[in-house]
Amino acid sequence: MTATKESAPEKQSTGRRLAGTNTLWIALVLVALVVVFGIIDPSGILNITNLQFLLIETAVLLVLSVGMTFVIITSGIDLSVGSVLVFSGITSALTMNALSGGDSTNAGWGVVLVGGIVAVVSGAAWGVLNGLLIAKAKIPALIVTLGSFGAALGAGELLTGGSDVRSVPTALSHSLGSGTVLGGIPTMVVVAAVVAALGGWLLSTTRFGRYTYAIGSNEVAAQRTGIGVTRHLVMVYALSGVLSGLAGFMSLAYFTTTTLTSHSTDNLNAIAGVVLGGTSLFGGVGSVIGTVIGVFIPAVLNKGFTIIGVNVFWQPIAVAIVLVAAVWFDQVRRRARNQR
Amino acid sequence: MSEPLLEARSIVKHYGSVEALRGASFQVAAGEVVSLIGDNGAGKSTLIKSLSGAEQPDSGEILFEGKQIHLDSPTAARSLGIETVYQDLAVAPDLDPAANLYLGREIKRKGLLGALGMLDKKEMRRKASEEFARLGVTLQSVDVPIASLSGGQRQSVAVARSVVWASKVVFMDEPTAALGVVQRERVLDVIRKVRDQGIGVVLISHNMPEVLSVSDRVGAMTGALVQEES
Repeated sequence: MTATKESAPEKQSTGRRLAGTNTLWIALVLVALVVVFGIIDPSGILNITNLQFLLIETAVLLVLSVGMTFVIITSGIDLSVGSVLVFSGITSALTMNALSGGDSTNAGWGVVLVGGIVAVVSGAAWGVLNGLLIAKAKIPALIVTLGSFGAALGAGELLTGGSDVRSVPTALSHSLGSGTVLGGIPTMVVVAAVVAALGGWLLSTTRFGRYTYAIGSNEVAAQRTGIGVTRHLVMVYALSGVLSGLAGFMSLAYFTTTTLTSHSTDNLNAIAGVVLGGTSLFGGVGSVIGTVIGVFIPAVLNKGFTIIGVNVFWQPIAVAIVLVAAVWFDQVRRRARNQR
Repeated sequence: MSEPLLEARSIVKHYGSVEALRGASFQVAAGEVVSLIGDNGAGKSTLIKSLSGAEQPDSGEILFEGKQIHLDSPTAARSLGIETVYQDLAVAPDLDPAANLYLGREIKRKGLLGALGMLDKKEMRRKASEEFARLGVTLQSVDVPIASLSGGQRQSVAVARSVVWASKVVFMDEPTAALGVVQRERVLDVIRKVRDQGIGVVLISHNMPEVLSVSDRVGAMTGALVQEES
């Protein structure tokens, strides 16, 4: 054997690998923000009620961002998430109303369950449509999802005649919307945490996740190894759609209205969170844990500015700076790497 | 020369009105390296594509172990133990070498977790290390992204990926085109190791010294025909 120089390729420790990624730095930024706001006003951000609201208000965006993480790792983009959220909330609310003879306020659990399924299926349908147009018809994801961004909202407004649906089962709003479980943890937060945990598991340990990375890293190579790239991409966009549908149902439960006009920038907020969390817009790199951290940075900035009395309009500016810095960092790292 | 493992007879391939292959014939036996040389546009890549299932020839016969076969996709060729190393680096740069080696052929965990799609990363890493050692591919680490390796190591992984799964024939389309001298030598070493394991290697190259140093036979392609020389 001539394999004498084989010095048993060493396994890098998880810590060392993490240190090389953006995720660790962005986690430190988040911790630093919490510490700074905590020092300025100790009873502010670390106050349980404030913390609860921070988590609840971020829950819906986190669910969208988990799906977005998969999409961006395939080097795609999904601009339609906010509109699909609204559309799914509308189909769900209208179905629940129809099942309860017009007003679902006093509807039972059966109706709520059907409403949940309708929301998820509506989201999945938009996701599959996006996926087919992107992967099969080979239309750029930016254009396809820009189209469904407009179309899903338009379709929703057609269904309601342009006004919000305001009757939502009390059973739903009091449980998922404003309820708590396990002694005080908001149900919304638990649902978002479960989605993030499952998403993280799917991405980092399964073949589905491995193919997601492979396609984003080098689509041609993935195709050549026999991976069903088209099928996989459709499933990734469908996943994003399903999670948008779920987010729509959560939003409906929380706000008890379909919030037609409040989600036009959800897509950008989700993309910002995902990218802040170290997922590369060029594909092939990213993690759900990073996304969780990334989503909370704008949220903490927002809460923190409110608490310490800084004009809240500074928040988007601060987020923009961190976001552009994060992407610049990623690009410098890639360029350095590709020169080898 | 022993019984040919893979044989092409009078392969013809048109792209529209352009005749890319005009009745090319050649053969490769187990445990030998056959090189194809020739100018750009002489049809070398077309011939390899036809024999690896990526393209279907318009006419001609392909014989595998003496029997006529029809390759309608790279997957069909792969199931016969025929693999291809492509000219451009056909690896996923963000995945580690073990993940690349097992891409599309992942080992799943046993039992319920496997049924859920969970991968046995440890086992894949262990086996990958073994395979890399067997082929003499030295890597500092098996769990850093391929992109952080040198060009030669990257191409060695790409070659190893095809070679590990090839039980019969490996096609290599200019595997050293983008490499420096030392790196090129590494890849050539891998080619020799593969040949020593009884696999037939078909090498396309522009580099005569390289061709002469590893080949058992050389075929020159001129005007879409193969002229055999020993």
